[in-house]
Amino acid sequence: MTDATEDIPSVDYVEGSGVPIRGNDIDTDQIIPARFMKVVTFDGLGEFAFFDLRFDDDDNQKDHPFNEERFQDANVLVVNDNFGCGSSREHAPQALMRWGIDAIIGEGFAEIFAGNCLALGIPTVTADHETIDALQQWVDDTPDGDIEVDVAAETVSYGGNEIGVSVDSAQRQALVEGIWDTTALMKSNENAIAETADSLPYVDQTRDEIRSDD
Amino acid sequence: MSQNTLYDKVWDRHKVTTLPNGQDQLFVGLHLIHEVTSPQAFGMLKERGLEVARPDLTHATVDHIVPTGNQDRPYAEDAAENMMVELEENVRDAGIQFSDPTTGDQGIVHVIGPEQGITQPGKTIVCGDSHTSTHGAFGALAFGIGTSQIRDVLATQTIAMEKAKVRKIQVDGELGRGVEAKDIILEIIRRLGTEGGVGYVYEYAGEAIENLGMEGRMSICNMSIEGGARAGYVNPDETTYEWLEATDYFQERPEKFDELKPYWESIRSDDDAEYDDVVHIDASELDPVVTWGTTPGQGIGIHDPIPAPEDLADGKQDTARRAQEHMRVEPGETMEGYDIDVAFLGSCTNARLPDLRRAARIVEGREVADDVRAMVVPGSQRVQQAAKEEGLKDTFEEAGFDWRNAGCSMCLGMNEDQLEGDEACASSSNRNFVGRQGSKDGRTVLMNPRMVAAAAIAGEVSDVRELEEVQTA
Repeated sequence: MTDATEDIPSVDYVEGSGVPIRGNDIDTDQIIPARFMKVVTFDGLGEFAFFDLRFDDDDNQKDHPFNEERFQDANVLVVNDNFGCGSSREHAPQALMRWGIDAIIGEGFAEIFAGNCLALGIPTVTADHETIDALQQWVDDTPDGDIEVDVAAETVSYGGNEIGVSVDSAQRQALVEGIWDTTALMKSNENAIAETADSLPYVDQTRDEIRSDD
Repeated sequence: MSQNTLYDKVWDRHKVTTLPNGQDQLFVGLHLIHEVTSPQAFGMLKERGLEVARPDLTHATVDHIVPTGNQDRPYAEDAAENMMVELEENVRDAGIQFSDPTTGDQGIVHVIGPEQGITQPGKTIVCGDSHTSTHGAFGALAFGIGTSQIRDVLATQTIAMEKAKVRKIQVDGELGRGVEAKDIILEIIRRLGTEGGVGYVYEYAGEAIENLGMEGRMSICNMSIEGGARAGYVNPDETTYEWLEATDYFQERPEKFDELKPYWESIRSDDDAEYDDVVHIDASELDPVVTWGTTPGQGIGIHDPIPAPEDLADGKQDTARRAQEHMRVEPGETMEGYDIDVAFLGSCTNARLPDLRRAARIVEGREVADDVRAMVVPGSQRVQQAAKEEGLKDTFEEAGFDWRNAGCSMCLGMNEDQLEGDEACASSSNRNFVGRQGSKDGRTVLMNPRMVAAAAIAGEVSDVRELEEVQTA
């Protein structure tokens, strides 16, 4: 199992400055409009993050935190409730990651979005509305201020404050122990996978039959 | 913790092991793939020197970018052609069955799985598409996944997941005239919220659900994700088995049907199953539901007033204000009479044969309003063919609808079918997000397919029941 996980870094701690994106129910179509998904790699998606909220029809910049000079070095996104609702497109967290985001603090996240973030090693940690509101205000006032997201301890520290946050326990362990990229880990259970498959009445071919096809 | 529900049983049957972080590793019975979310996963697989573990349990189609007009290759749009070529190469190299447009079996991934009989009760089904919840209508445990998870499934035929809670949504009573499955799910989302289902799987039960055909059940399970629930399901019953028995899969393997039926029966939720939550809905109270805003939870009955933002819960007020500004609607008004420019009859929610049949009955002998462009995009080539043979194509075309080829089309505006400028669209699809249908100023009003037909004829959002005496299907 060590072999399966040795190349994956632990993400127990993220530090940097913040950028606030306000509003509940910010969906994946807003995070990355579908027309930018006509690609076969994720390269270069960062520039299209929140594109329609950042640019008008003539590509002029609109008011948006991702356009503001003071947030250009931010790597901690602070959002409200049900962030990332909508489609399963991993293009959404990929775009945010490629823009520079390493961690997201919010009131709540859509489930598939949070799972996609985990698969990229991006923590999605939660706190209540008042706590998030205060943090967003502080980030607005202190754009170059340092935020420390301690995934293992479930705390966020900024400007002399330390707030308690929640991290889903499986997410926390996966990030802290460096097992958030699950491919090799799961592949190492090949025998158990084959046993499960063979026990299911609807799976026509057994493992041996699959192999003999090769 | 739920116990003895279909969800618990199917989960247990597919559990391979518990991973070190506490998640379970689940075996995947069917992996559906399409051109938009899979190419990067195949790329990652190649980088790691891995092969597709179970091509026999993987099935591909092309739906998101496929043109619904001229489908001659190469496609007019280079980006679409590139994605198609990439998918063709990936499935060929891996030996994955591909329902491409030359087969006559192509269509939206959530239409073709059930159509071909590969969507079955008691299977775990995943796809890089959030509307994979559709397949739950058959009593499968089906959910959308991201591209890194597609990589995992391609490489191992398993997925790492945490068990969710189960909420039973008991829908009793009979649907009134002109009210459909779509109205039930829009009402559920309105009541429980777009985030209300996060952490839950929804079990849809009760008289109103049992009385629905498979297509109606699919419409409901389809939009589970709009309510925040990653998966939704209906326990399999005779309606389910009748559908399955008629599919290619079981027509070719009749012995398999008898062999699997006891398994399907065994995974039904027990009568004394325990749920984490139970919600009751009275179907008889519903009117056709339409959305007034920019989330699927912002719905109202056709004669109900649009709510004032300040009357909504704290967390919903800002979203409602922005939505009302975008949609240009005022609190206190109803949506009846809201001018539309486009009518879109399509999507994995409502583009199956019965949907088109019901809508065709509304448009028959009528004409699409001046200045409205109306289109029908069948959910699959088979739906398209069957509809044509029944004369539905002629009915729609005579009324002034544009009859197109199968695909996702204007549901998400990834091909040539898009809203322009601030056009308003009466849509049988599932999402009214800003920008969803291809124009960031576009305005989407979600509704059932008959209501879309009525809106196309009237040129404005209308109560279909007033347009014509109709029978509930």
